[in-house]
Amino acid sequence: MRRQSHFLEKTLSGITQTLERSLFAEAISLQPGLFQSLDPRLKVLATLALLIGVSMARNPWVIGAVYLLVVCLALGSAIPADFFIRRVWLTIPLFTGMIALPALFLIPGQPLLHLPLGLIVTRTGAQSVLFLLLRVTTSLSVVLLLVLTTPWNTVLGALSVLRVPDVFILILGMTFRYIYLLLHIANDMFLSRKSRVIGRMSGSEERHMLAAIGANLLSKSLNMSSEVYLAMVSRGYRGAVVTFKPFRMRPRDWLWAALFAGITVSIIYLGR
Amino acid sequence: MTSPPVFEVRNVSFAYDNKQTALENVDLTVRSGESLVILGANGSGKSTLLKMLDGLYFPTRGEIIAFGEPLTEARLRDDAFNFAFRRRVGLVFQDTDVQLFCASVLDEVAFAPLQLGISHGEVRERVDQSLQALRIEKLRDRAPHRLSGGEKRRVALASLLSLNPDVWLLDEPTIGLDPRSQSWLVDFILQLRGQNKTVITATHDLAFALKFATGIHVFDEGHHLAASGKPDEILANHELLHSCNLSHFHMAKEASHCH
Repeated sequence: MRRQSHFLEKTLSGITQTLERSLFAEAISLQPGLFQSLDPRLKVLATLALLIGVSMARNPWVIGAVYLLVVCLALGSAIPADFFIRRVWLTIPLFTGMIALPALFLIPGQPLLHLPLGLIVTRTGAQSVLFLLLRVTTSLSVVLLLVLTTPWNTVLGALSVLRVPDVFILILGMTFRYIYLLLHIANDMFLSRKSRVIGRMSGSEERHMLAAIGANLLSKSLNMSSEVYLAMVSRGYRGAVVTFKPFRMRPRDWLWAALFAGITVSIIYLGR
Repeated sequence: MTSPPVFEVRNVSFAYDNKQTALENVDLTVRSGESLVILGANGSGKSTLLKMLDGLYFPTRGEIIAFGEPLTEARLRDDAFNFAFRRRVGLVFQDTDVQLFCASVLDEVAFAPLQLGISHGEVRERVDQSLQALRIEKLRDRAPHRLSGGEKRRVALASLLSLNPDVWLLDEPTIGLDPRSQSWLVDFILQLRGQNKTVITATHDLAFALKFATGIHVFDEGHHLAASGKPDEILANHELLHSCNLSHFHMAKEASHCH
């Protein structure tokens, strides 16, 4: 028997992984834990403050300390350590590593390592690359901590604390919600196709199938968007949206807010 | 004494893009407190009629009178009329994924009362009561797209219950529901009936309709209103049900029986 299409398999596995990751993240955000229990607006502000602190700090030891603090917070928030660390470190070489790599050789300084083809890794270059990696890793971990401990809809709601307009938050929420739904529909379409494909499809057949699925999804999304609009109008939407902000800061949240403010000031002061 | 009419549909026709006919010369009256069922096969125009009663589509011919006033696009542009109408009439869409467009169940249930100018404090109370009434308090902070079909249907109903309209329009509410959820839905509609709410349900499920309907309007596949009457009368009219594609004879033979 001929093999099934690689394209079909890869697309299906990509969609399934995205859906599974999203499910896993939501499961963590609903568990009891340290970061989960804080007011989402505080978490958004604390994340922003830590990001600013990390980007201003010039001392790698201070940034390293922040990274350790974030890992500790993740542990206290029922996030498996290996998952948390791996998720960040698997992304970093792919993006930042590739960008930072040339700096190893291009930044002048004391030679550290001699490579074939006359390439020399300088001490200053290595320090710069490590520093950049550390900063990006820490920043990414801070954001990941927020995303994993807060349901996406709550993160969006909490953006109001940054004066993001309500209608923008509603549109963001709807975008996420319907991308997820369309992913499910696409997954079903690919699965249904897979169930009827025996051999391997040629390149032109794959392109034809992709175009058909794309067109079908586009048509569905257009139809759905007009139906969603009707559903909004039916429930009183008249162009401007009023939203609910059910968050309430408790004494414990204020305590954590003070703690995060102190940490941010310390990062900026000690990391000069 | 007959109760006052909520909707009067007078010789209404509707065509999508003025080409594809969905309704043809429909005349019917809905009275306050009735539990009406719009029965028809797929594509007979039931959903279109409900959307017209909800002021989302407008007749290409004929007119609809709602609460004694013409229901037109121009009238609905008037804020006072729009607010009053939307507070009194609510529609549960056939596809819950269309109905539930907010990021969380809480936002979903609070959406209608918030848009219609109800104070935040009262909205909070209404949301709590609606979630409690439909036994979905635990889903409060969940994202609607993560819910099962039955849960989504409950959230869709809660999103209307928080508004507490006088008229409930339910479009194919049994789709995707297991038997237990269907039976729960019948109880819910009976409760609404007990509160003297007007309930108009579009369905092709004859057995479901018979459990709560006080009157039935049957649509044929030519988009006409084929018959109106009491549930018993409609059920007894086999020829009508067969011609409207609402019942059929199984041709498979079992021990010389054709059923």
